[in-house]
Amino acid sequence: MSEPPVIRLTGLGRTFGGRPPVTALHPADLVVRRGEYLSVTGPSGSGKSTLLHLLGLLDTPTGGRYELDGIDTGTLHDRDRSTLRGRRIGFVFQSFHLLPHRTAAENVALAQVYHRVPRARRDEAARAVLRQVGLAHRTGALPGTMSGGERQRVAIARALVNEPSLLLCDEPTGNLDSSNAAAVLAQFDELHARGYTLVVITHDPAVAARAGRRVAIRDGVLSESETGAGVVC
Amino acid sequence: MPRSVLPDPATRLGLRELCAEALAGILQRPGRSALTMLGTVLGIGAFVAVLGLTATASGQIGARFDLTRATTVQVSDRPRADAGPPGANPPIGFPADADRRMGRIDGVEAAGVWWSVPGNPRLSARPADGTPGVTGIGLYAATPGAVRAMDPTVVSGTTPDAFLEATAQPVVLLSEAAATRLGVSRLDDRPAVFIDDLPYTVIGIYSDVRRQPATLLGAIVPAATALERFGNPSAEADRSAQGLIATRVGAAGRVAEQVAVALRPDAPDAFAVQPPPDPHSLRDTVTSDLTGLFLALAAICLLVGAVGIANTTLVAVLERTEEIGLRRALGARTRHIAAQFLTESTVLGTLGGLLGTSLGVLTVLGVAAAKDWTAVLQPAATLPAPLIGTAVGLLAGLYPSLRAARTDPLKALRSG
Repeated sequence: MSEPPVIRLTGLGRTFGGRPPVTALHPADLVVRRGEYLSVTGPSGSGKSTLLHLLGLLDTPTGGRYELDGIDTGTLHDRDRSTLRGRRIGFVFQSFHLLPHRTAAENVALAQVYHRVPRARRDEAARAVLRQVGLAHRTGALPGTMSGGERQRVAIARALVNEPSLLLCDEPTGNLDSSNAAAVLAQFDELHARGYTLVVITHDPAVAARAGRRVAIRDGVLSESETGAGVVC
Repeated sequence: MPRSVLPDPATRLGLRELCAEALAGILQRPGRSALTMLGTVLGIGAFVAVLGLTATASGQIGARFDLTRATTVQVSDRPRADAGPPGANPPIGFPADADRRMGRIDGVEAAGVWWSVPGNPRLSARPADGTPGVTGIGLYAATPGAVRAMDPTVVSGTTPDAFLEATAQPVVLLSEAAATRLGVSRLDDRPAVFIDDLPYTVIGIYSDVRRQPATLLGAIVPAATALERFGNPSAEADRSAQGLIATRVGAAGRVAEQVAVALRPDAPDAFAVQPPPDPHSLRDTVTSDLTGLFLALAAICLLVGAVGIANTTLVAVLERTEEIGLRRALGARTRHIAAQFLTESTVLGTLGGLLGTSLGVLTVLGVAAAKDWTAVLQPAATLPAPLIGTAVGLLAGLYPSLRAARTDPLKALRSG
């Protein structure tokens, strides 16, 4: 029996108003099941970021339907969209987005500030997840004193601390040298092996190749690559 | 708001987390936070200091004025216009021994009769030489008791005594200003000045008076001399003969009740007695003008402080766009973002208010100590001052926090 879908897109599209209007994402269908490791590739300006923002509930579609864990996100109020985003989606950004004046543990714990988790448990959870990503010795370090790879692993730990259904990664190795990039990709492999659902958006074919399933996006049109099925465009 | 359809509990930002995040936001840039607070510190400090200094200074003014006023009784003569020969001023209603009669009332320290000499006599340093004389110097007649009641600060010489009064001697007591204008600086060579071209020996010079400040630019001759040379005082209300009584503290009311009968038991109605006024009225008049002016200045300081907080908070919002986007990605709702920035500005305002109040209080205490005054700090103005800082921070943070809440998370995350 196949795993239940985490993401189900049905004719999801996004057009930005203006003169003339710009369609960043043409109506697309996509199903991503629990435990899948999916990469979305495409050149700059192809619509990758638009797709990521829609999947991350940071933007609202102009057409179609997006179900996350079976919940139709199109009918949700801002409060519920924020809740869903905070609890079920973990973000990993290219530029890390760590608060520079907070330690690694504090940056990770920040992800639980909005989820009614007492401070002691937040700190405990942050240390535990930093241990998982191999940064047990850097919990008290400030981002400015860490390497790019370490910073990205802190960002990954922050994305994991709420045990999300979906990890959304936006060019996760874009700011890393090759050795740090390899370490981060190895981290993703490990997370995939542990059953996490990953969607990695990248323009780097080497990064995309690590995913078990690949889709491509070009001029706002989403298409399945050679390795798998499940996309209907 | 519609009910949530999610199985997950909604994201929330509890008060403890809100305060912790706001404090962290403030402490992560301590230098900037201090500068942001500075406007409020100065505004509230000026506010408290101004109110405190005004109250302290007016306390001194009030205390001195009240003391003098509370120990002064004035008696106005009500001469009958038909009492004297036609065309001449009526005789004064005060008896010849008015000083003694008033002085015998319990509580009186000094008392006498004085008036402004009628006819605008010409004062000059030399006898008639064709020059117009020195203008602007008032000539007053006063009994020795009245001069004592005026309580002049004599810098040289002496004041008219009972002998000079009884014998109507041509002597004069000059104010320092009048002496300067008449060219009199020393008394050891017994100088004389001329009034209507008749010489008057200068017996003393005074620099200040506690009562009847109009005489500070004047010259005083014995009452008997004035009566003999210039005739009766005018019957006009402000130029008629006046009784001036200096009393002990607390005795003025009782003296005022008795003085008319003591002067003329047969016709007490011949005098209008003015008891001391309400001791608070003068102080209120003096202080309300000062307070209004300084409060306006303090309000300007506060406004500058508020604009400073608003400006810096707005800059902080723009600088922390990336953080706002991150927090939104982590589940923060728009109201959480607004609350955080509003709390930061409110905390800054409150801290600024507390520091400013402390600074203002210290300023008042320091000035009072340096001037040897009694510091007066009104609790109604001082205690709520930190709350004014809170209000300033809250109001100043409104627009920036709304701006922060409206920040598009997409743009915010791209900005990193």
